[in-house]
Amino acid sequence: MVNRRKALITGLLLLIGYAVVQLMLSMGLIDPFYENMLMNIGINIMLAVSLHLIIGVTGQFSIGHAGFLAVGAYVSAVLTTKLDQPFLPAILAAGVAAALFGILVGVPTLRLRGDYLAIATLGFGEIVRITLYNIDYVGGAAGMQVRHLTNWTYLYIAVIVMIIVIANLTNSAHGRALLAIREDEVAAEAMGVNTTYYKVLAFAVGAFFAGIAGAMYAHQFYVIQPVAFGFLKSFEILVIVVLGGIGSLSGAILAATLLSLVNIYLQAFPETRMILYSLVLILVMLYRPQGLMGNREITDLLKRRLGKEA
Amino acid sequence: MDWLQQLLNGISLGSIYALIALGYTMVYGIVKLINFAHGDVFMLGAFIGFYGLTALHLGFIPSILLAMAITSIIGVLIERVAYRRLRNSPRIAALTTAIGVSLFIEYTTIYIRGPQPEAYPDLFGNDKLHILGATIRADALIILLISIVLMLLLQWIVHYTKIGKAMRAVSYDAEAARLMGISVDRTISWTFALGSALAGAAGVIFGLYYTKIEPLMGLIPGLKAFIAAVLGGIGSIPGAMIGGLVLGLVETWVSALGFSLVRDAVAFVILILILLFMPQGLFGKNVREKV
Repeated sequence: MVNRRKALITGLLLLIGYAVVQLMLSMGLIDPFYENMLMNIGINIMLAVSLHLIIGVTGQFSIGHAGFLAVGAYVSAVLTTKLDQPFLPAILAAGVAAALFGILVGVPTLRLRGDYLAIATLGFGEIVRITLYNIDYVGGAAGMQVRHLTNWTYLYIAVIVMIIVIANLTNSAHGRALLAIREDEVAAEAMGVNTTYYKVLAFAVGAFFAGIAGAMYAHQFYVIQPVAFGFLKSFEILVIVVLGGIGSLSGAILAATLLSLVNIYLQAFPETRMILYSLVLILVMLYRPQGLMGNREITDLLKRRLGKEA
Repeated sequence: MDWLQQLLNGISLGSIYALIALGYTMVYGIVKLINFAHGDVFMLGAFIGFYGLTALHLGFIPSILLAMAITSIIGVLIERVAYRRLRNSPRIAALTTAIGVSLFIEYTTIYIRGPQPEAYPDLFGNDKLHILGATIRADALIILLISIVLMLLLQWIVHYTKIGKAMRAVSYDAEAARLMGISVDRTISWTFALGSALAGAAGVIFGLYYTKIEPLMGLIPGLKAFIAAVLGGIGSIPGAMIGGLVLGLVETWVSALGFSLVRDAVAFVILILILLFMPQGLFGKNVREKV
């Protein structure tokens, strides 16, 4: 009964959160600048949490996440602008296409560990970028014009669905298997975890949501270019996950929000931004390698607080 | 007789990759870390050489030596400041730090001198040699000569000097080396110094051959040199040399055949194929994973 009541309250809160922002948007209380900011935060949350599943939960060091983002962005953009499909099927197609790529990357790279996997995923990201660069159908280096279709409703639903799916996946028996792989792959295998299957699963689910983030991204910023999906984008997503704490979902959300805000104010100084980014990353790694939240969640902290009071 | 020029182009490009790959492979052999910042040390070498040639009016050889000296100091500093604390932490932490260091170097360089590219002075003019009916750029031969000298020097250091023996001992078994009285920290510093000096020299050579240098130039050659190191078998010094040459030749041939646009993708395809079918590389040892 407690669980059902909790779920009901959470659902209600989520609905209120959605309605308040939607109301403010339609009444014009949030101007385009802040609306853009909101969209940015949402997209970054999607990217960070989907990478969190691969790096934080499964422990597979992937630095080609921008590749999945690119696949999603281009697939959805082609569907809506070239083939005149509605936005919703385009979003789903973006996710599915990216997930297929996730499987495509996951299967051959399974045998790789740690550093090698990192380089291979980086290579994958670069291959995607270079390929897009050479396809004239999607505009080559100049990129594609995309209609503005992303809105608060789509993004909010996508983010919430993703968080629910990934949180539940992490807490399920499948999630335990993923965590076991992160902690010790050999031991997990010895305990009967099908490591191949679970690693591909993590890649596929992570890529699926990154692809959806790609669809949102493409239809938010009017234009997509291969250059936006390079190594630096992957790196930005990685910084978010690492800063939030490897293994913490709420950490990833917090860091995504925080860094998106910082980003917007530093937009005028791109060099300074990157210097700050890299310094923060190095310092966090040196002095707090577990990130802001470690592998705890916000709910853990709340529980502890409540426990003390009781 | 275009093929001879193409062959030489490939060997020149390959020897640049090989020089960078040596640093990757030596560092990986000892601390098991992909030093992502290595490509940026290469970039710094190119710029130091450039300023040596233009601002300080040094000759070609003094500029290379200057670049090697400064980059080796930078390499040691990077290890001391960023990597040493993380030697026993999880791989992800070390790798993330390495990426951080790489971006820090790139964007600090941009911050200091701006993102605009720089054109290397033309030292050897358009001297061409005619051999067997083929025309060859003179600087290609000079690059080849310098790379060969540096690689022979490295072989000599690794095999016949005390520090070289210490490096091999530490890479074989750091704990046992420590017990034998070898200072592991110092050996690792030396490894970074040697590897970075080679990357610095590669930077100057690159600038000379391709004339254009810019602050972000280290990223792609750095990655490709890493691929060359993997191809040759990571941790193996002859492997890095051969891997670099093979990669350079393949890339040159791919562009000569008219696929220059996909040239950058070829290296990554090679990488994935190598990792799948021959993860130990051409000269690497096949190490079994133990629990």
